[in-house]
Amino acid sequence: MRILIFFLLSFLTPTFALAGVKIEHWTAPSGAKVYFIETRLLPILDVQIDFAGGGAFVPAAKAGLAGLTRNLLEAGAADLDEEKISGRLVDLGARLGGGADSDRASVSLRTLSTQAEREAALELMRTVLSAPTFPQAVLEREKGRSIAGIREAETRPDAIAGKRFAAAIYPDHPYGVSPSVDSVSAITRDDLVAFHRQHYGARGAVVSIIGDVSRAEAEAIAQRLTEALPSGGGDLVPPPVKKPLRQTIKIPHPAVQSHVHVGLPAISRSDPDYFPLLVGNYSLGGGGFVSRLMKEVREKRGYAYSVHSYFAPRKLEGPFEIGLQTKREQVDAALKVVDQVLTDYMAKGPTPQELAAAKKNMVDGLALRMDSNAKLLGYLSAIGFYGLPLTYLDDFPARVKAVTIEQVKAAFARHVKPENLVTVVVAAD
Amino acid sequence: MKPLLAPLVLLAFAVAPAPTLANPFETRLANGLRVIVKEDPRAPTAVHMVWYRAGSMDEKDGTSGVAHALEHLMFKGTRNLKSGEFNKRVAEAGGRDNAFTSRDYTAYFQIVPKGALPEMMKLEADRMANLTLDAKEFAAEIKVVMEERRLRTDDNPQALVYETLNSTMFQAHPYRRPIIGWMDDLEHMTWQDARAWYRAWYAPNNAYVVVAGDVDHREVFRLAQKYYGPHKAKPLPERKPQNEPQQAGIRRVSVKAPAKLPYIAMSWKAPRLRDVQKDRDPYALEVLAAVLDGHDASRFAKNLVRGSKVAQSAGAGYDGTLRGEASFTLDGQPAEGKTVAELEAALRAEIKRIQDEGVSAEELARVKTQSVAAQIYKRDSLMAQAMEIGGLEAAGVSWRDIDVLLEKLKSVSSDEVQAVAKKYFSDDTLSIAVLDPQPLDNDKHKKPSGAVRH
Repeated sequence: MRILIFFLLSFLTPTFALAGVKIEHWTAPSGAKVYFIETRLLPILDVQIDFAGGGAFVPAAKAGLAGLTRNLLEAGAADLDEEKISGRLVDLGARLGGGADSDRASVSLRTLSTQAEREAALELMRTVLSAPTFPQAVLEREKGRSIAGIREAETRPDAIAGKRFAAAIYPDHPYGVSPSVDSVSAITRDDLVAFHRQHYGARGAVVSIIGDVSRAEAEAIAQRLTEALPSGGGDLVPPPVKKPLRQTIKIPHPAVQSHVHVGLPAISRSDPDYFPLLVGNYSLGGGGFVSRLMKEVREKRGYAYSVHSYFAPRKLEGPFEIGLQTKREQVDAALKVVDQVLTDYMAKGPTPQELAAAKKNMVDGLALRMDSNAKLLGYLSAIGFYGLPLTYLDDFPARVKAVTIEQVKAAFARHVKPENLVTVVVAAD
Repeated sequence: MKPLLAPLVLLAFAVAPAPTLANPFETRLANGLRVIVKEDPRAPTAVHMVWYRAGSMDEKDGTSGVAHALEHLMFKGTRNLKSGEFNKRVAEAGGRDNAFTSRDYTAYFQIVPKGALPEMMKLEADRMANLTLDAKEFAAEIKVVMEERRLRTDDNPQALVYETLNSTMFQAHPYRRPIIGWMDDLEHMTWQDARAWYRAWYAPNNAYVVVAGDVDHREVFRLAQKYYGPHKAKPLPERKPQNEPQQAGIRRVSVKAPAKLPYIAMSWKAPRLRDVQKDRDPYALEVLAAVLDGHDASRFAKNLVRGSKVAQSAGAGYDGTLRGEASFTLDGQPAEGKTVAELEAALRAEIKRIQDEGVSAEELARVKTQSVAAQIYKRDSLMAQAMEIGGLEAAGVSWRDIDVLLEKLKSVSSDEVQAVAKKYFSDDTLSIAVLDPQPLDNDKHKKPSGAVRH
């Protein structure tokens, strides 16, 4: 189907459509894996580098180290201080982005593709990746800001709920640990230097490139960005996940709404049940207004503005979560509805009509997921970091269409076991 | 951190220019509906938006929030479509849809594979005229809106500060009312209020359509005529100016809410953009906001967060492209160990420094570089392009002036920035709202009136 669209458009318009571009892949001499899409429609270049340098690789006593290491790359590098780095980026019209999540540390660059801007921006990116100085004074300031942010978050019902939910579904696992005042206070400059050395190596790096450069230029860019990286890296995997026991945790808070999370650790990004769960979740709570949770909780009863469910697969078992906020007086009633919807869905799976609607949205909507360089960059980095097939986007429609009701039911039964389901309610009476 | 935006506006419109293209195209139907098409064949997708020039500023006291409540109800049934069917059709076409309400307008959009555009136009045209509102649908949906208010405002200390700031700085002008509505008004709203709103404002002569994507504008014009064309124009309610009287003296308010860090928002009255060609001050104010807080190397980040470390966060914002009264806002959270008074003094000192010294050539160059780059990056998003057109038009600025806006912004001099810093930052037109953080009191909600704050 995609191929057909490609040819059709190349006759109708003088330009290539994004839907028709192909992913090129190679390994740079540095050892970094490279994923590339050439598209000359806009004078823009996007580059992202991902490392196995997320929070999962940090001991609980130093939680916050992954994020601080990533953020302080821009606090000083080689002979540049933070003002020079930010000033130079602004002068180029370029933007550095990224951050650290549980699995990944990412650094991304968006720049104009004109030679002068592009070269200067890439040089700056190379410098912050390879030669960060982690100045002590900046570290102290950023630790202070981080601690102030943690204390502030401890007053917010949404933040409290998110943190307690992660802790409860990942007992004794770094996926469940959030930075605390104590853990951030304990982080030293030596920790940052060591974390950078161990996790920002070329060997485990994934370089994603999309935009207005040739294959040869992309090859040079990937090598240039990774050749001076530290020697660490490689196949780092977080420790195994243990399933939690079924429980309900209620946390007092004066908010007028209760914040609810229901869920458990579900699947890794490489799990063969990925597509049955992705398709199945659409009808349960992933498909916005057409999902069952939305219909039962919001449309019929007016219990919540936002109610959803999602699977967020990671390197290991990422969370399945149902979330909503509702007036605290009616939280028990809302939870009962959620329980009924989930129980019924687990027992019977989607109806044939629901399954067909889910597939139609996901297959026909694929074009929407790929209609910008920014979105495609996200796919490149996910394909690279999680080792998905290069044909992931080409295969997507067929994989979605192949899902059956029985597969959805079986996958939910395997990964959403009631005996492991954790419920967190903040602002509970 | 950027200043708080009006809570229901998805994107805020700074003066936002674009490079010269032969595109977009515009036509006007006999019933007054304008149709603007931006052709962009990069991917086989299309964005379809309908903007109504009716937002919370057009509401009356007692029914605040009705513009937004109606936005929710527009996803219910029409004479031709069952309730819930709209979202279902969009989803089955592989699309996404939503809507948003601001002080100035209410807008609806679908993002779809391009082949679904005709169906989207048919659906959107249908609910422009054929909505069937009833008491039952309304009763369920108004509860959802109240939950939305609890989520966005009542349990969100900074949003409460912003709401209080608005109702303090504006006393006559309708911007004083929150877009989502006061809770008491929501509790007393009826389905007839929503129907009256719909009948008054939802008309082709009070709306415009924006389409962006891999489309042929002639075909879109033809479809617009087919689906929207049959609707009749109708007389619109009179819009009174409701100008705010001259403020004569500083206004200070505080809001108590569970939090750790205090927060301050300071807002001065400022001019809005009225004449794209002749005005100068709105452009200079735009540049001033960018010099203070436009990027990572701007003054607030450099001086207040990194330098003196007085701020955990600090922002500056000015939006001159709007229908009502404009303002220039500074906001921020003091760093731990610093007070709100110290942060306020530091924010004021930054304005004072520009009053005394102006801004450097380097700073002006940076604002220009950023604006040009942002305009190029915007072309990577169909939605951003459609939003730019729609947002400017909502404020009465034509998309034809997008290039002019960029050129005007680039022409601002240091003297002009200094002049607006001197002219508009008097205490006499200043309103300040401060968050007074309270410890978490878990018994508070058990008081009789606890569940609803307003």
